[in-house]
Parts: sequence; structure tokens; C-alpha cells
Amino acid sequence: MASEGSYRQYVNIGILLMALTVITVAAAQFDFGPFNVPIALIIASIKATFVALYFMHLKHEDTMTWIFATYPLFLLFLLIAFSATDIFTRVLN
Amino acid sequence: MGLLSGTSKFIKALTYPSDMLPPIMADDEHQHVDPELEHAASKFGMWLFLATEVLLFGGLFAAYAIYRAKYPDMFQHGSSSLNVVLGSINTIILIFSSFTVVVAVKAIQENKIKLVKLMLWITIACGAIFGINKFFEYSYKIHHGITPGTDIFYSLYYAATGIHMLHVLIGMGLLSFLLYRTSKGYYSKDNFTAIEIGGLYWHLIDVIWIYLFPLLYLIG
Amino acid sequence: MSTDNEKNYLENGKGFSSWFFTTDHKRLGVMYLCGIGTFFIIAAIASVLLRAEHLSPGRTIVDAHTYNVLFTLHGSMMVFLFIVPGVAATFGNFLIPLMIGARDVIFPKLNLYSFWIYCLGAVIFLFALAAPADTGWTFYTPYSIESGTNVILITLGIFVLGFSSILTGINFIVTIHKLRAPGMTWDRLPLFCWAAYSTSILQVLATPVVAITLVLLIGERYWGLGFFDPAKGGDPVLFQHFFWFYSHPAVYIMILPAMGIISEIIPVFSRKPIFGYKSIAYSSLAIALISFLVWGHHMFTSGQSKLINIIFSAITFAVAIPTAIKVFNWLWTMYKGSIELSAAMLYALAFIFLFTIGGLTGLHLGALASTIHLHDTYFVVAHMHYVMIGGTLFGLFAALHFWYPKMWGKMFDEFRAKIAFVFIFIGFNVTFFPQFIMGTLGMPRRYYNYDPEFTIFHQISTAGTWLMALGFIFMLYNFFRPISKTAEANPYKSKSLEWSIPSPPPTLNFDEIPTVTESTYAYGNKIERET
Repeated sequence: MASEGSYRQYVNIGILLMALTVITVAAAQFDFGPFNVPIALIIASIKATFVALYFMHLKHEDTMTWIFATYPLFLLFLLIAFSATDIFTRVLN
Repeated sequence: MGLLSGTSKFIKALTYPSDMLPPIMADDEHQHVDPELEHAASKFGMWLFLATEVLLFGGLFAAYAIYRAKYPDMFQHGSSSLNVVLGSINTIILIFSSFTVVVAVKAIQENKIKLVKLMLWITIACGAIFGINKFFEYSYKIHHGITPGTDIFYSLYYAATGIHMLHVLIGMGLLSFLLYRTSKGYYSKDNFTAIEIGGLYWHLIDVIWIYLFPLLYLIG
Repeated sequence: MSTDNEKNYLENGKGFSSWFFTTDHKRLGVMYLCGIGTFFIIAAIASVLLRAEHLSPGRTIVDAHTYNVLFTLHGSMMVFLFIVPGVAATFGNFLIPLMIGARDVIFPKLNLYSFWIYCLGAVIFLFALAAPADTGWTFYTPYSIESGTNVILITLGIFVLGFSSILTGINFIVTIHKLRAPGMTWDRLPLFCWAAYSTSILQVLATPVVAITLVLLIGERYWGLGFFDPAKGGDPVLFQHFFWFYSHPAVYIMILPAMGIISEIIPVFSRKPIFGYKSIAYSSLAIALISFLVWGHHMFTSGQSKLINIIFSAITFAVAIPTAIKVFNWLWTMYKGSIELSAAMLYALAFIFLFTIGGLTGLHLGALASTIHLHDTYFVVAHMHYVMIGGTLFGLFAALHFWYPKMWGKMFDEFRAKIAFVFIFIGFNVTFFPQFIMGTLGMPRRYYNYDPEFTIFHQISTAGTWLMALGFIFMLYNFFRPISKTAEANPYKSKSLEWSIPSPPPTLNFDEIPTVTESTYAYGNKIERET
């Protein structure tokens, strides 16, 4: 069983995640108008990706694990997209 | 008598979930499952479980997306009333605990039992500090008359962070169990699957929080 | 411990605790069977009472509130305690390791925990009967927030049952991935395993959404969270979105394993290889994927937007394709086969016939124009019972007959089984076919009272339930009165692995893990015909 990653790598990624946290808090102090949410979500997604790839070793997993790790995200997208389409195109009379 | 032995069997089965993992009966040569297979299967099973967790929180994220689009002002106002400092500290704590867990997983593969124990201790402590911070946050809000049901934002805030907190508590319980078993010398470089999948669960808690934090605290 | 394997799984240990603490997948399958059987009988009694109430307009035997309670009990118990764990947990547990050539599922202890969680959920559910809910099995808001009945307890029970479903699903997926015997490649995998695999995907990925929905509903009642409460700015239709995001795939959780069973039985009794193995296997997966995209067709009249109605309607027609592929493949399998009309085969044929009716009437409901007329009428009731009883229940009965020798090591009386089949089949159609007509004429579902013009349909329908009940009782009687106390290892000359070992199977299934060299469905060569 090959061990994945090294202590040094984990330290680097830990520091990177802390830095990104600081950046996202700092970015929230400014008002980017409609870009506030996307900026916060993009930074969060970068952080989540690093945790998944390196801390959770997704990088070294097989295809099936990748499928089951990412398919829920697609389903979540569907749930939001379809129910939002309903709620925001509804015509009440 | 039957009831008594039944109860003790029940408790035994609950407190020794280790053979929840294959091999089916470790002492039985007929049931021998290749350790590589066991390791891969357990990890795959855990990933499937994590997929369900993502979708469990998915319901909350969907509700968030819809109601935020519907009531931007309410979310703006509610979000700005949350304590960003406390939220940031909690984020840092959880990320740090994720780091300690991954070090524990690495260390057990090198048989560094002391390091594993230390890292698990720190992780559990991080979870506890996270919980204490949450407790202060909740009691401060409730003191000011803001409860679940005040408006949809706060309902979502309580529901999402509450269910997340529940996961932190379960994760702490899981890691405490692993810590106990580690100190009993149960795990080694040849038998670390349980710690690895326990770690996966803890990372997922971290990932969920990575999204909850900006969505609730920062988008003010 | 080789001595262990000399005993068959039924003899290996006696008494309650040898069953309740076992990790043997076969025993767990049998226990699930007892569990779902019990709840099926309770829920079926509720339905007989419901139908009896409709013998005449106005009050016949129960008052209006009791009627609401009865149909909620019937619906929620049938769905969550009987049919969702139904075929998947019983025959999935019993068959998957046998079919893929393994000694057990990959996480046997987790399997036992799933069963305990099922029991726990069932107990909570039964406690809720102290003040049983009257909301219907769908728990639609806002009524489920306001109803003065035990909604919290019953939804909590379902939440717990969901965990059982998730853990079973995880177990099966990993088992099928990791424990297949050498040579058991994906294109030799029995179709029941393909179906169970697709079902498990749905169980794992859809159930958590209903779990969070029910938690939010509980929070709604307890703290007044307001997500589904229009008075607080919430949206009650959002509850329906969340609910059907699970409950539509759940329809396929119920039906897919039954389809798998039919795919096993048809080739055996036609003595022909299954036609279109790959398309049946992949259509199971296709169903697992597409079924996540159509949930809105349960909500066409909920005030949902027109745009999303059109989208959902279009995708709904797409989901009919993989289902139809299966039906055509079964028919082609039988074409020019030497068909043997055993009891199991009769149930399988009835499945195809009734399920096709159920499926085709689904198209009426998926089309936007006709659904306005048919929605929430008895047409829907008839449609879903044709799918669920004519589909899943007949599939389950087919399996109970087909694997009876393997499961119990005994033989039942074919003739009596066929008599029971005739009663059930006729009774079923007498019960539900008039409901199509009634529904088309405008009789709404879940109504306590009705106009006198519907009386005759209601009475025919009620009479049908009695025929069906007689059939069920006779079938049970037949099961408990086997004609032979021993069964051959392979009475049907099936090629599937579970028939290669003695009946009932030894505790550890296989003395040696088998090596698979050909398809499960390699029937019909010359040597085979001569034997």
C-alpha cells in the first residue's frame, strides 16, 4: 500500500488553505457588487478541491471513486437548477 | 437469561464495529479477504457514504440558493449580523484539524503510534473548540431573540450549522474511538484502514464548512 | 472451521439470537422477508378496510378521519416499510453474493446494522400509530405542518429507515464491485445483480435528499423554520420538489429489482439465452440516471411554472425508453423458446402484462394536456398500483416461487400455486381496472365520499380486493405446506451460480470460490436440450 503525499506537502497545503481563508475574508470587506457571491464560491471551491485532492487523496483514487465523488455534485446542480427554474419562472395570477 | 445474553451480544456488536470491515471473520481461514481488497473496498464504501452526506447538505444548499435569490435583502441583513471573527476562527480551526488528521493517517502508515495519538488528540480538541465557539455564537444570538424561525435566513443558519455541528460531534466520537483503539495498539502500518476512512469523514465535515462559512458569514 | 460449511444456513444455529445477531446475508435476507411480510399484511388489511368503506357512498364502516388515517397508514407503510426495502433488501441480500460467487456481502456487519436500523425505524413508525398521521404518504406541506397528528414521529421513523436503505445500497455497490468471483466479468453478471446495482445507486444518492427534507419538515413543526410555510415567506411547493427528488427515483428503487427478477426467470423457463443482455443491463443504469431528471411530473398541477412543466414532461417520455427496451427484450427472449408455464413464470408473464399497462397509462399522466384532467383522480391510483402491485409485488411473488427451493430447501405444490395466482391476477384486475374508468370519469382520489354514479365501480373494485385477499392467503398457505421436505440443487436446470450449490445453501455458500467461464444465460445448446 503506497502512502500518498508527504508531510511537507500536507504542511504546504495547510498553509495554502489558511491563506485562502484570509483572502476570502479580506475580499468580503470590499463590495464587488454582483461578483461577491461568485468570488466567495470560487475561493471556497478551490479550497474544497485541495482538501479533496490532497487530504482525501482523491488524486490517487480510481475512476469509480471519482464518479461517485463528483456525481452528487451534478445531482445537486440538477436539484437547484430545476427547482429554481420553477420558482423563478412561475406566473401567479 | 436469553434476554440478558442477547443484550450483552448487542452491546458487544455495537462496541466492536471493527469487523464491520472485511474480512468477514478474521480468524476464519475460509473468510479470508485479501487486505488490499479490504482496504480498497472500505475506502470506496466510505466515499459512497460521503456522497450521501454531500446530498444531505445538498438539500440545505438548494434551499439557500433559492431563498437567497428570492430574498437578497433578508440574506444581506442577516449575514452582516453574524460574527465574522468567530466564523473565521472556526474555519481556521477546522482546516487545521483537517491537517492534523491527514498527518495522523500518514503517521499510522509509518507506525508512528505516538504521533498518531497526538494528532488525533489535537483533532478532537479542535472539534471541541469549534463546538464551544458555536455554543457562544448560538447563545449570543438566542439572547438577542434571534431563534430558528425568526426569518428564513436565520432558520437556514441554524439548520445548516446545527446539522453540521451534529456531524462534528459524530466525527469527534468516531475519532475518540479510533484514538482509544490506537492506544490499545490495535492499528499499525498493516492495519490502518479505519483511521483512513475516519479521516475521510472528518475532511468532509471540513469541506462542508468551507462552503457554509462564506455563504452564511461573508456574503453580507 | 470447515465443519461449518457442512451445515446449511437454516440449520446453522437455533433460536432468536442466532438469527438476530447473524451476519449471514442469507439469514438477513430471510429476516427482511419476515419484516416486509408483516408490514405488507398490516398495510394490506388497511387497504381492504379502505375498499370496504367505499362499498356505499357516505359512511360505511369508518368515519372520515379514520379513513384519512387508513390511507396514510396504507401508503406510508407499503412504501417505506414494504416496497422500498422489499425486493432489494430481501432477494438482494439473499442472492447477490450467491450470484456473483462470494461468501457474503463485503461488509457483513454493516449489513446486520442496516437490518437493526430497519427494525428501529419500524418500531418508531409503529409508535407513531398512537396518533397516526392523516396527511397521506407524501406529507405535503402546509397540511403536514398543521395536522394535529403524529407527523414528527412517523417522519422520524422514515428518516431512520432511510439510513438502512443507504447502508444496504453502499454494501451492495461495493460487493458487486469488489467481490465478484474470478471470471464473473461485468458482461457475465446476472441481470438481477445489474438491477440491484442500479437500485443501490438510487438508494445511495436519492435517499439523503428525502432525509434532509424530512428533517426540515420536523424542524418546521418543532421550531417553525418557515422554509415550506408561505406565511413566513417559504414555499410549500419547494417541499414537493425536495420530496419527489427522492420519491421519483424511489419508484425505480421499487421496480428495478423486480425487473431484475423477471430477467432471471424468463430465460430459465424459455430455455433460451436472454435476448439483448447488454441493452437490459445498460437500460437499468440508464433508468438509474434518467430517473433523477423527471421528478416534476408529480407536480404538474401544483402551480409549478409552465416552462419547467414542459421540460419535465419531455424528459418523462424519455424515461419510458429504457423501460420499453426491457419489455421488448423479455418478449424476444420468449420468442420460439420452449416455454414452461410454472407458477414463477406465470407471475413473470403477469408482470410484463400488468407492468406494460401501468407504464403506458403513465404516459397519459406524463402528457401535460391529459394530466390536467387525470391528475389526483383514481386514474393515478390505478396507474401506480398497476406499476407497484402488477410490477413489484408480482415480481416479488415470482421470486418467492422461483427461489423457494433454494431458500427453504423444500418444494411447493405447483398446482395450488397456480390456483392462487389465478385468484390474485383476476382479483388484481377486478380491483384496479375499474379505477381507470372511474378516474377518467372524474372520481378524485383520497376522497371519503363519492357521487352515487360511481357506486358500481367502487363495488366492483371492492369485490376485487376480496378475491386478491383470498389468493394471498392461499399462496401463504401453499408456502407453509411444502409437498417435499427436500429440494434438488437445481430443479430448473438454471445456469446461474446460486443453483450450483445445494438447496438450501451451506452457511459459507461455496466450498471453493467458483471460476466463471460462460454467460449466466447460455441456454439452448444441443446438449442442454437433451438433458
